[in-house]
Amino acid sequence: MENNSNDDKKSRRDFIHITSGVTVATGAAAVAWPLIDQMNPSADVLALASVEVDLEPLQPGQSISVLWRGKPLFIRRRTEEEISEARDIDLNTLKDPQLDEERVKNSNYLVMVGVCTHLGCVPLGQQGEYGGWFCPCHGSHYDTSGRIRKGPAPTNLEIPPYVFLNETTIKIG
Amino acid sequence: MSNIKNGKGIIGWIDYRLPIFSTLQHTLVDYPTPKNLNYWWNFGSLAGIFLLIQIITGIVLAMHYTPSVEGAFASIEHIMRDVNYGWLIRYIHMNGASFFFIVVYIHIFRGLYYGSYKSPREVLWWLGLTILLLMMATAFMGYVLPWGQMSFWGATVITNLFSAVPIVGTAVVEWLWGGFAVDNALLNRFFALHYLFPFLIVGVVILHIVALHTHGSNNPLGIDRKGPQDSIPFHPYYTIKDLFGLSFVLTIFAAVVFYAPDYLGHPDNYIPADPLKTPAHIVPEWYFLPFYAILRAVPDKLGGVIAMISAILILFALPWLDTSKVRSATFRPIYKKFFWFLLIDVIILTWVGGSPAEGHFILIGRLATIYYFAHFIIFMPIIGIIETPKPLPNSISEAVLKKPIKDGT
Repeated sequence: MENNSNDDKKSRRDFIHITSGVTVATGAAAVAWPLIDQMNPSADVLALASVEVDLEPLQPGQSISVLWRGKPLFIRRRTEEEISEARDIDLNTLKDPQLDEERVKNSNYLVMVGVCTHLGCVPLGQQGEYGGWFCPCHGSHYDTSGRIRKGPAPTNLEIPPYVFLNETTIKIG
Repeated sequence: MSNIKNGKGIIGWIDYRLPIFSTLQHTLVDYPTPKNLNYWWNFGSLAGIFLLIQIITGIVLAMHYTPSVEGAFASIEHIMRDVNYGWLIRYIHMNGASFFFIVVYIHIFRGLYYGSYKSPREVLWWLGLTILLLMMATAFMGYVLPWGQMSFWGATVITNLFSAVPIVGTAVVEWLWGGFAVDNALLNRFFALHYLFPFLIVGVVILHIVALHTHGSNNPLGIDRKGPQDSIPFHPYYTIKDLFGLSFVLTIFAAVVFYAPDYLGHPDNYIPADPLKTPAHIVPEWYFLPFYAILRAVPDKLGGVIAMISAILILFALPWLDTSKVRSATFRPIYKKFFWFLLIDVIILTWVGGSPAEGHFILIGRLATIYYFAHFIIFMPIIGIIETPKPLPNSISEAVLKKPIKDGT
């Protein structure tokens, strides 16, 4: 009986070991996933993900902060100087190069997530070396388009997804 | 106690079936300990006692605390004003955390001075560092629970450290948060984990003690024991020495709890959390300041996070970075100096970490960070090779008996 040679027995046993090992590992992963995924944002948190804002009362040079998904949003009606300051620059000098035109839907209104891209503090408005925002935690300077100019933050202030419902109302999220 | 071994009496009957009493007798009474331990060896048992204080006061506080963003801050004020002795229990818990870190940091520096991490105690050293990491996680999560301004923004900054991870960073942070910002989901899970982690620490402490008792305590001379003449039983010699030291430390602890309970804390944490407004100067608790200084010393987000984590992880490699065969700094003239330089460097980092990141603090922080890593990566391996240690005594007994007798007995 050649089938009963030691080598053959070994390979049959290996087969059993491997299949049972794979079964156990797959089962463990299937059980682990719900335990891991329960930590992700729950359905009610995801459902709170859009907000409408009326921009009518904003005058040039005024800003408001709105809470969206637990984070502050900065909505600023920029002045003419701020817009031209944001546009008259050499893109090569930027850490995270992006045109001001790409960051706004209507050049008068700048809508951004007011969370420093370094470690999540809320930057202070109209401060810092570039007349935009300044984060007091670790000293990041943003310009009038919310682009990072100086300091440890790696990227520009985030632009949330939003649409203009009419001339002066936006829906964020 | 003599009944334990012969199986007589209730204790003997139980011990024959579950050797709990003989194990305690072995680890807390008979345990042969080097006869020359000084007071720096008190800090291990002190750390254990502060762990116990934290667990007892913590369980009591949990009975009055509300883990929700609406109720957390108010429930802390309820504990402080309304719960019988709530103010005392909370102040003990708050300052107990600080004292736990003080005694553990002294315990670690004692290990650094006397080379307690060297063979055969590497695993003992790793278990201690694991306890330190668990303590840091526990303390950080506990600081979030009052849901004051520092709680909220400390949680925001620290959880955002994970966003530095390339590609998956944002997903990891949202997973930690259970949302898109620090909010109720995070507060609840931090409360659950803050309750769990101390018991994990207890588990690792037990392993730490098992590893310690496998080869016995190191000692100020750093030489191995040659025989029974070099040891004395743990009880009563070191139980009484530990208790005597404890009475001093608890006196200082009580003075802080009763007369300066908020000295080590930050006043901004008595302002309820506001997700729209970041305090002007975010400062972590004092025991994180050296690591915070290292984080800020690197002008790059990912680099800063890596440097901060490396500052602790490098200690795991210490048994191999230190090339000297001699344990105790008493016999290592060059290393002894560098030990004190390291201590000064860590104090400078603490100072820089608590100062605003501007002006000359940036430069000092960077130099101190470079020195910290240079100590472990460059100086320790080189010193071990070039240094000529002083002659070691033949045995602990010989060194102890050589000392002149001062009191005339």
